[in-house]
Amino acid sequence: MAKTVGVLALQGDFAEHAQMLQRMGHRVVEVRLPHHLEGLDALIMPGGESTTFGKLAVRWGLIEPIRQFALSGKPVWGTCAGLIFLAKDVGRDQPTLGLMDIQVTRNAFGRQIDSFITPVQVRGLAGPAFMGVFIRAPRINTVGSGVEVLAELDDGAIVAARQGNLLATSFHPELTQDTRMHAFFLSL
Amino acid sequence: MQTTQGEFIQGNGHTPTSNRETGTDALKRGLAQMLKGGVIMDVVNPDQARIAEQSGAVAVMALERVPADIRRQGGVARMSDPAMIQSIMEAVTIPVMAKCRIGHFVEARILEAIGVDYIDESEVLTPADEEHHVDKRQFKVPFVCGARNLGEALRRINEGAAMIRSKGEAGTGDVVEAVRHARAILGEIARLKTMKREELYAYAKDIGAPYHLVEETADLGRLPVVLFAAGGIATPADAALLMNIGVDGIFVGSGIFKSGDPAARAQAIVQATTHYQDWHIIAEVSKNLGEPMVGINISSLPETERLAGRGW
Repeated sequence: MAKTVGVLALQGDFAEHAQMLQRMGHRVVEVRLPHHLEGLDALIMPGGESTTFGKLAVRWGLIEPIRQFALSGKPVWGTCAGLIFLAKDVGRDQPTLGLMDIQVTRNAFGRQIDSFITPVQVRGLAGPAFMGVFIRAPRINTVGSGVEVLAELDDGAIVAARQGNLLATSFHPELTQDTRMHAFFLSL
Repeated sequence: MQTTQGEFIQGNGHTPTSNRETGTDALKRGLAQMLKGGVIMDVVNPDQARIAEQSGAVAVMALERVPADIRRQGGVARMSDPAMIQSIMEAVTIPVMAKCRIGHFVEARILEAIGVDYIDESEVLTPADEEHHVDKRQFKVPFVCGARNLGEALRRINEGAAMIRSKGEAGTGDVVEAVRHARAILGEIARLKTMKREELYAYAKDIGAPYHLVEETADLGRLPVVLFAAGGIATPADAALLMNIGVDGIFVGSGIFKSGDPAARAQAIVQATTHYQDWHIIAEVSKNLGEPMVGINISSLPETERLAGRGW
């Protein structure tokens, strides 16, 4: 069934998420101000620069409305910078939504020359391993009791997790042609 | 012990991060995709870098002198001191870019070695090679290059550039050249989309671009890499103008730290880039920013002092 999905469009690769959702037959709304959240079935927070998201979200009063949107039970997914923006603890002082009970390290795999692509086995995703695109990516160090770990790399880094209606991935499904993560998210 | 590459790696005790691919086109272009809708700011020291980060910049460009000073002081403009670039890398958590001279692949190797996140092979510095640009495919670090038109953009992409920016006329505070270059690139792409396949061959030859990239651009309806505007952007309205013309994001060079109140201006340009179609917000953020950089009118600038003609 076609859904109306918001993509946080403060900055980042929101157009890539939008294209994938549209290809799947969904309606997309770019979210830059609180009233753009009205009527949405779900919200995606894209890759980008998490500190920039924080500044803009604070300036335009988006933090509390997005928190309420998530607390109402609607699915919210953060990819890379979006994951950082969802987290309760990012190990430094920067504005986040503080929704997901995860402890995160930014740029955890190094600088851009260390960015990498590797297959990721995501629990609950049928078919072959997902192509994980990690760009100056964060890792999840620890998760709270209500959080289910969905994927880890061979060095033990947690790179996908779920807490009820909240989903977080360190990698960028929107940079692939594989719609499985998006479909999984919209089934939450 | 070093009979095979495999044993060599084992012998060095690397962690078994077995099947990780690095330095691919998708990763190089991918970082630029993450910067879209954002502002990349020129900075010359860690303090400026922190102001940029706190103002919402998505990345900083580390350099010794901003283009306005390069223009004023003259002389040969080179890659910055690696120690200065590293001090900026330590000061901020956002990506750090740095410039090398056109064709100076050793400056590029130095920047790669210290771990900068993006290299700008830039006409703002004095060219080191009058015939050859850097063979950017040989590097793991991604490159951004300037272009004035589609042919130039596609030649740079063919050499391995993972991001394109307009050249504009850096250090002037006059946006007219950035507008000209952005309109040229986007206008030529619009024309490509209406061409029949057989017309593309002749067009590729006319603009001096590789056919396969002309075809790919026609099929995509956009450049195969991210396109930013650069050169002469000095106000929130300038940034929003370029975003409305159709670029993916904004570089601001001298426009911020040569103005009266850099932090306020930096924040305002970030806001206007995000809300580039909301005139009320752009009006709001444009208020009380103090003096903009003084600027030089392009039409008063002799041909020999223009930077955009560097590179080909």
